[in-house]
Amino acid sequence: MAIAFVLNGESVREAAAAPSMTVLDYLRTRAHLTGTKEGCAEGDCGACTIAIGRAQGEGVRWQAANACLMLLSQLDGALVKTVEGLATGDGLHPVQQVLAESDGTQCGFCTPGIVMSLYVLQQDGAPDDAAIHEALAGNLCRCTGYRPIVDAARALCAAPRPSEPAVATPRPSTAHGALGELHLFPDNLADLVALRATHPEAVLIAGATDLGLIASKQRRGFPLAISTRRVVELKRIAHAPDALVLGAAVTYADALPAVEAAFPAFGALIRRIGSRQIRALGTFGGNLGTASPVGDTLPVLLALDAQVELAGPAGSRWMKVDDFLTGYRATALAPDQVIAALRLPYLTEGEQLYVWKLSKRHDQDISTVLAAFRVRIADGALVSLQAAFGGMAERAKRARTLEAALIGGPWGEAAPEGIEAALASDFAPLSDHRASAAYRRAAAANLVRRLHLATTRPDVVLEVHAL
Amino acid sequence: MSRVVHVPARHESASAHVSGRALYLDDMPEPPGLLHGALVLSPHPHARIVSMDLSAARALPGVVAVAAGDVPGVNDIAPIRSGEPALAQGVVEYVGHPVAAVAAPTLDEARAAAALVKIEYEKLPALLDLDEAIAAGARVAPDQMVGRGDVDGALADAPHRIAGEVRCGGQDHFYLEGQIAIAVPGEDRDMQVYSSTQHPTEAQHGVAHVLGLPFAAVTVEVRRMGGAFGGKESQATIIAAIAALLAHHARKPVKLRLPRDVDMEATGKRHPFRIRWDAGFDGEGRLAGLDLELAADCGNVADLSPAVVSRALCHADNCYFIPAARYRGLLVKTNTVSNTAFRGFGAPQGMLAIEAVMETVARHLGRPIEEVRAANFYGDAPRNLTPYGQEVEDNIIAEVVAHLDGAADLAAWRRDIATFNATSPIIRKGLATMPIKFGVSFNLTTLNQAGALVHVYTDGSVHLNHGGTEMGQGLFVKVAQVVADAFGIPLDHVRVSATSTAKVPNTSPTAASSGSDLNGMAALIAAREIRGRMAGVAGARFGVPAEEVVFADGRVSAGNQSLSFSEAARLAWQERVQLSAAGFYRTPKIHFDLATAQGRPFYYYTYGAAATEVAVDTLTGDVRVLRAEIVQDCGRSLNPAIDLGQVEGAFVQGLGWLTCEELKWDAAGRLATRGPSTYKIPGSRDVPPDFRVHLLDRPNREETVLRSKAVGEPPLMLAISVWLAIRDAIAGLAGEGPIRLDAPATPERVLEAVAVRRGHAGAG
Ligand SMILES: Cc1cc2nc3c(=O)[nH]c(=O)nc-3n(C[C@H](O)[C@H](O)[C@H](O)COP(=O)(O)OP(=O)(O)OC[C@H]3O[C@@H](n4cnc5c(N)ncnc54)[C@H](O)[C@@H]3O)c2cc1C
Ligand code: FES
Ligand code: FES
Repeated sequence: MAIAFVLNGESVREAAAAPSMTVLDYLRTRAHLTGTKEGCAEGDCGACTIAIGRAQGEGVRWQAANACLMLLSQLDGALVKTVEGLATGDGLHPVQQVLAESDGTQCGFCTPGIVMSLYVLQQDGAPDDAAIHEALAGNLCRCTGYRPIVDAARALCAAPRPSEPAVATPRPSTAHGALGELHLFPDNLADLVALRATHPEAVLIAGATDLGLIASKQRRGFPLAISTRRVVELKRIAHAPDALVLGAAVTYADALPAVEAAFPAFGALIRRIGSRQIRALGTFGGNLGTASPVGDTLPVLLALDAQVELAGPAGSRWMKVDDFLTGYRATALAPDQVIAALRLPYLTEGEQLYVWKLSKRHDQDISTVLAAFRVRIADGALVSLQAAFGGMAERAKRARTLEAALIGGPWGEAAPEGIEAALASDFAPLSDHRASAAYRRAAAANLVRRLHLATTRPDVVLEVHAL
Repeated sequence: MSRVVHVPARHESASAHVSGRALYLDDMPEPPGLLHGALVLSPHPHARIVSMDLSAARALPGVVAVAAGDVPGVNDIAPIRSGEPALAQGVVEYVGHPVAAVAAPTLDEARAAAALVKIEYEKLPALLDLDEAIAAGARVAPDQMVGRGDVDGALADAPHRIAGEVRCGGQDHFYLEGQIAIAVPGEDRDMQVYSSTQHPTEAQHGVAHVLGLPFAAVTVEVRRMGGAFGGKESQATIIAAIAALLAHHARKPVKLRLPRDVDMEATGKRHPFRIRWDAGFDGEGRLAGLDLELAADCGNVADLSPAVVSRALCHADNCYFIPAARYRGLLVKTNTVSNTAFRGFGAPQGMLAIEAVMETVARHLGRPIEEVRAANFYGDAPRNLTPYGQEVEDNIIAEVVAHLDGAADLAAWRRDIATFNATSPIIRKGLATMPIKFGVSFNLTTLNQAGALVHVYTDGSVHLNHGGTEMGQGLFVKVAQVVADAFGIPLDHVRVSATSTAKVPNTSPTAASSGSDLNGMAALIAAREIRGRMAGVAGARFGVPAEEVVFADGRVSAGNQSLSFSEAARLAWQERVQLSAAGFYRTPKIHFDLATAQGRPFYYYTYGAAATEVAVDTLTGDVRVLRAEIVQDCGRSLNPAIDLGQVEGAFVQGLGWLTCEELKWDAAGRLATRGPSTYKIPGSRDVPPDFRVHLLDRPNREETVLRSKAVGEPPLMLAISVWLAIRDAIAGLAGEGPIRLDAPATPERVLEAVAVRRGHAGAG
């Protein structure tokens, strides 16, 4: 069973290569396009960045993606552009020209990936420096110090946006089978649930930004996989009267506008989840499915009292995210169930949401500690608080002792007391290569202090990136 | 025609880079029959290899597997000392130590075969902690000393005396292209190796040793590297040697490319240092004596450590005259990966040491650090003598610092910061400056030589080859500029070709910032030789003496007579004059006695200064660099665009070393930060949003190539200003406690330092 995609303008029907071959390996060894590089095979360096195009309205929407994490089967129905496919003829594409002219290359190994990220950025119109850094967050360069690359990006974004000829996207297939592997692409929830029920051994794949590491680093394929990518019900973003409802297969990139509008602090966090490459593919359902103790959305979902919809042969039911997460990378999902959607209740009048992620590097880093606070303050008192933390326990967890200690107490000039003690009864964090337990405890407590200042002292600068 | 040197010129591969057409080793069309290699790494930090069974791996079709016992020659690739095997021999000495290697028709088959290699180990006690190893007297090489004068007397007599300790961490090179080599067996046991190496000659020697071949039977070639930074000097030899060993046994070409995690686990990094000092000084902060102990964590073998420590000791003076100095370097052995060359090569750690001293002295006296430094700057004789006996003859540090002050207006900048801090209780700003003096030349005098090969063809195009390697630093374009300038032809008439041990033999590594100094000069000498011969021919044609013939604007002229360069080349050929020359250069004036650590190791010094502003979050330890202003001496820059790129890139790399880049090992001695998901190098947002670099255009007083200066490494140390600025921000907090902040200044360390300053030690 073949898949169809368009690679640098040429239609490809691929039936021979394994569905879980990484796109990077495919490009380099099958398509003999060696411009796309491997710098890490873990989605962090961006040397493998390619552009993936999908039909959107009349045109095509290009997104940057990490070829090293993408499975070949994910290319079905897509337009694919690599660094070799930008220029027409012998010349250079404007992105390439400007980068070369800005002295934006030294060793050149990061360059093809940077070219592709800038190509996609340029499609977005005229962004500011923040957008430029966001676009480059998934591309590491060890040589240049980035200044010339950022300058090139500024020049590109200031230039008129080049028009692109419309390209028809290929008709999607229903499955991709080769070399003993089978990847299924259902397009509706009923089929997904039915397939899940008949193949409990199959791996459910959404964006593969977690799962892709198994293929790229552990070099193991997925003999039987079911993709959620095309399931329409799982792709929906709905504004219910009291909640934002996100399908489980909605990507971070797709969700961002709606999330940012409803929950600005959550939107700001999403901009720091992985990179644009990761967010183009990574989904909410995947973050829940992995249920990592440092999954970034999870504390926010807990603070918001979000619910998750689980669909299975017996129908679907809603469950609190707090009940869904059962332990270290463990959830209440039954083998025959899929995550269908998430409900994020809107804040009520007077409520505010604060989300703070601490990591060694601001961009594209896993959280050391993440705190989410949903808080209502009135008349100098803390009326309500839902506080949840990531990185502090085996799972994302509410800080119930802290909540109890603070709710109803005064919330004025004086900083609240007893934070450390309350957190100590809520959490016993571990030491790992990101930070020691002592740091986690201290920083978590200080984030509560930051909350106090954020809500009582609007004049005080609280983040280095606010400068 | 416009000038071709001292002007910005793009990297010679820029178009190839951006179009994806630049070929790195892994992109080369694969030779028929190519096998892919994989390494088997030790899981133990220290263990005896009791037995090894390669049979299951070998039983797979098309698989070869090798271990130390399969080495036909000598299993030793030590760059300086001896007894450093390519594959572990009898014992493993760190987690990640390559023990065996396999090659198979596909990469996945190779990895699967590697997993089948069965090794039985007997665990031995391991030294994983630097302090313990120091105390245990574990060393990879004898300790070193640089010094002079009566230090104990000076310390005892000084009006003030303080001692201190500070540590700095290692650093992974994180070149974007991992280590890779392709070995292709030729006729009669010859071996052709394509290696991503900064040191083709050493790779050649390593391969020849391991295979038991004469050097002449091994050719090593490299067109370009996807970054190196010192990490592909000796470390690349290991990969090349193992690839060649596999190819030798397979009788087929073998590609050995390390996945990122294997690369990070198995190959060496920058040395972590523990620094202890004891300083005596007067009321102005002028140092009378300094006792300094630099303990370098060398890892399991010496590798380049003796040279790294020697450079650290020769840079612990930075810009300062210290009358009585005792600088001791300890080459400590631990059961970790062997640390190696990394941009700066010990100098960053040495300079960090002396700057910690300067800062502590300044704070102790309550004086601005700039004044204390200025009081200690090298001056006129006798205050111009370094502890290693070299006179500082080209001192321009005062001028450089003044230039920085003029460009950055430090007083106004400080006022702005004070104003901000006055109303900002949580986010605190700090500002610090950093002067540098960096010695250029390899400490080991012998290495300061280079060869180049220049051919002029009869169409006027020029082929250039030299011993230097291109790792992104722009060496090829710089040397091509020098040659084009010598011939008076456009830059694009000069083609640079891959570095090969078959073209230029017995080369030195492209390292120590010396690439253009050495190879540029060798190429210039070759070009001048040919130019002299062509001038003779053209002069005869024009009827003028050769000296009157001018090469400019693509023409060879005298008075109103003129030939195009290609006509002149053709004429020379017709006259049977050789249009090819080999140039050879050796750096003059230098000598260094390693035993006494005295002499003139450096041909000249290069200078720079930086001022950096940071913001520190006292609740989380987050740090952001807001502004950096840099003045860097480049002599008469051959190519200001390339030099600017070196300055910016080095500064950001130094910033990474001192802030976000943290290597962590687990309790069993395994590197926990084995990839970019856990090891964080700076990203674009970590670069100061206000970043201004000024290249100081002053001819080198020594006769370097067109009076330029080396620039690859020095600016890395300007980033010590980032670390000092963080300390400055912490010092600005109310509190009496000391400033205790090691490097890298991660959020965790910064938060701890804030707590210590405020007197809540340990609380965070
Ligand atoms: C470089 C990099 C950076 C990253 N940065 C961050 C970060 O900053 N913060 C963060 O939180 N995460 C980060 N991640 C992790 C990852 O991107 C997120 O967890 C993401 O949300 C996973 O979504 P996905 O769609 O790619 O999941 P996949 O990899 O496709 O799946 C993950 C798991 O969820 C299951 N699953 C997916 N969809 C469903 C469904 N509908 N029903 C049931 N099970 C399902 C899968 O079976 C699998 O077990 C990063 C990953 C990488 C590689
Ligand atoms: S290779 Fe590094 S992100 Fe893909
Ligand atoms: S140019 Fe070398 S990594 Fe970017």
